[in-house]
Amino acid sequence: MATTTKATPGDLKLVALTRHFDDFVAVDGIDLVVPGGSFFALLGPSGCGKTTTLRMVAGLEEPTSGQIMLGEQDITGTRAYQRNVNTVFQSYALFPHLSVLDNVGFGLRQRKVADWRTRANEALELVKLADRAKQRPRQLSGGMQQRVALARAIVNQPDVLLLDEPLGALDLKLRREMQIELKRIQQEVGITFIHVTHDQEEAMTMADTVAVMRTGRIEQLGAPSELYDRPATAYVANFLGQSNLLPLELRGAATAGLVTASARGVQVVVDAGQLPADAGAGLQLGIRPEKLRLLGPGSDGVANRLNGWVTDASFTGVATTYLVKMAWGQELTVTQSNDGSARAGLGDEVTVGWDPHQAFVLPAGAD
Amino acid sequence: MAWLRRNLVVIIGLLVMAYIMVPNLVVTIFSFNKPNGRYNYEWNQFSLDAWLNPCSSAGMCEALGLSLWVAVAASLAATVMGTMAAFALGRYRFKGRSATNLLVFFPMATPEVVMGSSLLTLFIAMGIPSGQLTILIAHILFTVSFVITTVKARVASLDPALEQAAADLYANPTQAFWKVTFPLVAPGIAAGALLAFALSFDDYIVTNFNAGASTVTFPMYVWGAAQRGTPVQINVVGTVMFFGALAIVGIGQLIGARLRVGSRRKEAL
Repeated sequence: MATTTKATPGDLKLVALTRHFDDFVAVDGIDLVVPGGSFFALLGPSGCGKTTTLRMVAGLEEPTSGQIMLGEQDITGTRAYQRNVNTVFQSYALFPHLSVLDNVGFGLRQRKVADWRTRANEALELVKLADRAKQRPRQLSGGMQQRVALARAIVNQPDVLLLDEPLGALDLKLRREMQIELKRIQQEVGITFIHVTHDQEEAMTMADTVAVMRTGRIEQLGAPSELYDRPATAYVANFLGQSNLLPLELRGAATAGLVTASARGVQVVVDAGQLPADAGAGLQLGIRPEKLRLLGPGSDGVANRLNGWVTDASFTGVATTYLVKMAWGQELTVTQSNDGSARAGLGDEVTVGWDPHQAFVLPAGAD
Repeated sequence: MAWLRRNLVVIIGLLVMAYIMVPNLVVTIFSFNKPNGRYNYEWNQFSLDAWLNPCSSAGMCEALGLSLWVAVAASLAATVMGTMAAFALGRYRFKGRSATNLLVFFPMATPEVVMGSSLLTLFIAMGIPSGQLTILIAHILFTVSFVITTVKARVASLDPALEQAAADLYANPTQAFWKVTFPLVAPGIAAGALLAFALSFDDYIVTNFNAGASTVTFPMYVWGAAQRGTPVQINVVGTVMFFGALAIVGIGQLIGARLRVGSRRKEAL
């Protein structure tokens, strides 16, 4: 397979793509460019339109309006079987009456590829199932079936490979393994992967770029670390991991890149570079639990500090997660690495602090 | 007593089996009889006469031929129509779908006497002379429901993603149907066809109403013959049909078992 890697697959471009189901707007005018050869994830809760978007790219669903471009080609009006796009279905959809080899060779034989047998076997080797070629799909375990479905799609060297919650049916351990495996295969074959999932960890582990979707629209798009460290809205901040949110009012002007502000009456400083352009409806300060720490004596240099008392402490091995109750009743989540730093017990009065550059600022209006 | 309690289920099972099988055994045994008189009801003497001259009984083989022809034609037509209807009902949402689903059960629920007589009334009203054509129409009518029900169950159990996967792998709708859908639904279609054949072949009531004076099917022949005497050849045909049906079922089971065992063996390697 590695020898037949494509030169440069074209970009996939969605232009104002919309899909209505009667009154329901499943996909609401998505504009998106997926660079050729990238691993792209569409992330969102069920019903956000991510699967519908995927099915429109596959040709299994017709857009109400908008355009789908593959490289220079407009494929909006073409049928699924005419598109050089392949899908790994959520249920795998392996043909039960065909052997594993015939399943993998199905697309090649449709295209009258003469050496389909050789290439199908190569694809099975890629997913480490060459010894199962003669079996029926139902004789394989779920994880193996998943890999057959992957081989069946990849063997056709599509311009774009679509994965619809491909790991959803696997148990946790297998899912971790397959995440690494999928990433390896994608790098090996160089095909554009578009991966639909509701699992934020899965999206962040595998994808180069993640688009967070919400009610038929893309809420934010970027590299996983960018989305995690600089979420644009509270929705993204909460969907990708946990965060502590505080209302924020600006007080002073920027000095040395920092702005003075007040959160619940406590003076804090925030990174001026993080202030959103539109702050009309007020601001919110967001701090990830692992960016907050319990301050011991001799930490006077930390600019941002809040006082409270510990209402819960749970030890998880690598870290301890505390709930720290503030004077105004809010409980902040603090995750402290068990690296010998300060520990606290239930009921202890503590001071938590954070580095202003490690926090993020959101417009308050959008939840 | 303890032995009886342990084996009670097996004993009852064997008794039920015997209850079901004894009539067939009697038919088979009496096909080797040389009856003393016109009725083949009492064992007299072993003979191969009936087996060696199966058509010597006047009109029987013509009746058998007609029944086989009607059964093949009716089951073929019912299978094609029924399969198409089953796909329409199983796959698509359209106006009148639930009404159709209900109507399909009518021919199965209607007493045969009622169906036969009303069909005859209809044929007379339409000026269609009774004969092979009316028999065929009647048989297709009451077998098509069985085909629809059997095939529809199979269609409903198919994952719609399979056809989408075929389309995704460059199969146009026709190719997807013949390469994926049809092979998967085929067992249901075969079951429906066999059921239609069996129902058509041994139908007496509806057929008797709608047959012309000169069209005599095998069940009609047997019934008529029973008034005047029962030729041993009837038992020969009965025996052949019984073992033929057994053979079809047996072969089907064998093929299925071989597929399973074969693949299990490969898995073990």
